[in-house]
Amino acid sequence: MITVNVLFFARLRESLETDRLIVTLDDGETAADLLTRLAGRGSAWAQLTEGPTVMIAVNQTMVRATTALQDQDEVALFPPVTGG
Amino acid sequence: MTDLIEVKEADFDLGLEYQALRGSADGPGAIVTFTGLVRDFGDQRGVQGLYLEHYPGMTESVLEGLITEARERWTIQAARIIHRVGRLHLQDQIVFVGISSSHRSDAFAACSFIMDALKTSAPFWKKEITAQGEYWVEQKASDQTQAEKWLTNDSNSQM
Repeated sequence: MITVNVLFFARLRESLETDRLIVTLDDGETAADLLTRLAGRGSAWAQLTEGPTVMIAVNQTMVRATTALQDQDEVALFPPVTGG
Repeated sequence: MTDLIEVKEADFDLGLEYQALRGSADGPGAIVTFTGLVRDFGDQRGVQGLYLEHYPGMTESVLEGLITEARERWTIQAARIIHRVGRLHLQDQIVFVGISSSHRSDAFAACSFIMDALKTSAPFWKKEITAQGEYWVEQKASDQTQAEKWLTNDSNSQM
């Protein structure tokens, strides 16, 4: 078992009414697996797999959904960025 | 060479930034600066202001990476990036990118590259505030296209 710290930003943070969450996963699970688990909570959470694009950063670097997660990773989920 | 990366609520002074670039290294031959302002139209009409959120820590490291990449691709002396966050009003300054270099072409290219890449890779999010309500801004396909034109064959960018 591994534990990851999940952060949410912008539209996701508001619509999920959550800015951070600690999630326990099985060894070898990927960022996509994490999204599927969270989406399983239902209602607004379903947008993580069914809604618009979700960007994923692990330990503050953008990654693909196929990236395997490690114990104590900081996983940030957010909409495409709109700065500048 | 005095690079600067600042993410803050407070405003900035273009004159001071220009002077800092002017005094950098052993005298640049060219300085290019870009300033972005809050405008009254975006995704919505009648925008009264913006709220800007970011991901502290990641934002700074992404911006640092953009300066590193700019330095690998062009000959530049100093790079200064300032991005404001929090509540901003119409016509407020949002973002500043300033580059000093021996040559104008390098300064123009590096400044343009950093702005284009910032818009698609730095974790900032804008929310437009109007009389009708508040709306998160959607990323534009045109912003992706602008950023992609800087990709090189050896880029492993994940933008």
